[in-house]
Amino acid sequence: MTLDLFLQHLSNGISLGSLYALIAIGYTMVYGVLRLINFAHGDIFMMATYFAFFGIVTFRIPWFITFPLVLVLTAALGMTVEAVAYRPIREAPKISILISAIGASFFLENLTIVLFGGVPKPFPAPTLFTDVVQVGTVAIQKLTFYIPIVTVLSLLALLYLINKTKTGMAMRAVSMDQETARVMGININHTIAFTFGLGSFLAAVGGIMWGMKFPQIQPLMGVIPGLKCFIAAVIGGIGNIGGAVIGGFILGIGEIMLVAFLPNLTGYRDAFAFVLLILILLSKPTGILGEKTAEKV
Amino acid sequence: MAAQKNNYRILTIVSLLLLLVFIGFAENHLDLYIVRILNVCAIYAILGMSMNLINGFTGLFSLGHAGFMAVGAYTTALLTIPPAIKAQIFYLAPLIKPLDQMNLPFPVALFVGGLLAAVVGGLIAAPTLRLKGDYLAIATLGFAEIIRVVFTNTQTITNGALGLKGIPALTNLWWSFGAAAFTLVVLLSLINSSYGRALKAIREDEIAAESMGIHLAKHKTLSFVIGAFFAGIGGGLLGNLLGTIDPKMFSFTFTFNILLIIVLGGMGSFSGSIISAFIVTIANEYLRFLDESIKVGMRSVVFSALLMFVVLFYRHGLMGANEFSWERLFGNKVYQKTLGRWTKRPRKGGYAG
Repeated sequence: MTLDLFLQHLSNGISLGSLYALIAIGYTMVYGVLRLINFAHGDIFMMATYFAFFGIVTFRIPWFITFPLVLVLTAALGMTVEAVAYRPIREAPKISILISAIGASFFLENLTIVLFGGVPKPFPAPTLFTDVVQVGTVAIQKLTFYIPIVTVLSLLALLYLINKTKTGMAMRAVSMDQETARVMGININHTIAFTFGLGSFLAAVGGIMWGMKFPQIQPLMGVIPGLKCFIAAVIGGIGNIGGAVIGGFILGIGEIMLVAFLPNLTGYRDAFAFVLLILILLSKPTGILGEKTAEKV
Repeated sequence: MAAQKNNYRILTIVSLLLLLVFIGFAENHLDLYIVRILNVCAIYAILGMSMNLINGFTGLFSLGHAGFMAVGAYTTALLTIPPAIKAQIFYLAPLIKPLDQMNLPFPVALFVGGLLAAVVGGLIAAPTLRLKGDYLAIATLGFAEIIRVVFTNTQTITNGALGLKGIPALTNLWWSFGAAAFTLVVLLSLINSSYGRALKAIREDEIAAESMGIHLAKHKTLSFVIGAFFAGIGGGLLGNLLGTIDPKMFSFTFTFNILLIIVLGGMGSFSGSIISAFIVTIANEYLRFLDESIKVGMRSVVFSALLMFVVLFYRHGLMGANEFSWERLFGNKVYQKTLGRWTKRPRKGGYAG
């Protein structure tokens, strides 16, 4: 393999990893406050691409207005899912909440199929992002550079929000101990809703860029990325935002390199993430940055 | 009260005989479409019961059921397809020896399918059962996906994405209902044994169970392997009913359907799983008009909404953790208010028989 080709694969891996990281953050934040896999997260991500599609293609709103609108709408959708599917049974056994999450995920998928049809639609990517630039002998889409930049900026903003603002402090408090946080005067419902909104917002950022990178959207497109990003969050140490980012990059780069170096295994690409997950869970169940907690009786 | 118990026993025997007569009648005289639906009902009952053993009785939230079914379905199909047809199906790459010449009787093939699924279940159990809750869910889901991806890629064994066609239609009502009855008997006797009590103890509180001397890994693996065995049998019956299988069929959606059945019937009730397997399968056919008159996919929307509705407002499902019994049926408030008017109400004091 030549160096050029390697760099091309690497840049691909980095941009894919950035997308995984953005979505994984949503999983990890929700897990932090609720100890729950938000199965519907992948579908919220899918809905974001549909919002963008309708904004640009159907309503002919220019992309620089549509995209912010999509972010807000998706955040609202995430909060709605939380209010309908999770809040009423927050005190129920964990299995019930998980089932409700799976139900919400299937509901969103099937609703999209009914409302928008199962046929894949082309994502209307602005040419500004999809232009190809020559770097030496390598042809790379501009998007490949923008994606990691957007990811890093979002991550910095998020870290500021969580570590420096009052809302962020409330989120950290809720994730540590809900009861005590409530006693300290934190509105648990608002904080959890905000966390869902924030996670969905980032999923929408990821969704828009995903749509531009793989310009075809369909109702089930969120399933596999959703699962993979959850895996990325677990690999990094669930509940830990830095961990989610590391996990996302490991998964994205690893996947691209697997296909690049071992082309015979291309068919097994989607299994790679699961194999990695099982290896991680067996060797270090709390993930790379996770802390070990003992169970209290 | 002894006489009443005797009455109930007679009632049970009569109902079983009626069921046998009905199966005999249905197999020969009913519309093929209805027979097929009944077959699917029984198979879903098997799948529901086996998943309920793992999820409802042992409290292990496993989402790998479709993978076990796939193993059972493929094994049974490969062992029952006649060699001549195998040569036709595998036109991209020939089937490996000695599978290409093998042809076993249906029950043996089913049993082998179940056994292989159980072996796979045991292999998966070893690493994953150290995990809990949602980690376990995602790891088992991952294993099911891995099985599916492997089946898509092993062209010389499973015919890859093309799937298997021309599977002989050996499943009939006798086999499907017989297998369902066998499953019920085995699982009920397991649950009512000391093993079953250990499994329920694990469900209620793992740490407490362990400190009472229950070997967690042993019992969890047992539940997983038995559940996988019956999932394999269910998968085998389904493959030989449908006549064609491919890896896509055994995606997460399939597990979701079984999950809907056990949640609706009640996690921890085999009779609940059977009842809801019939309800869900028949509703699935009955609601076909939604797809035809409104829009394709409407049925799935209804079903996912139903699952959420049940979990949100009616968490214990139809039966909760109770099994069906005549006492419960006749003591039920709804029964007393409707049909119970015409039957003698059991008098207080207990002298009446």
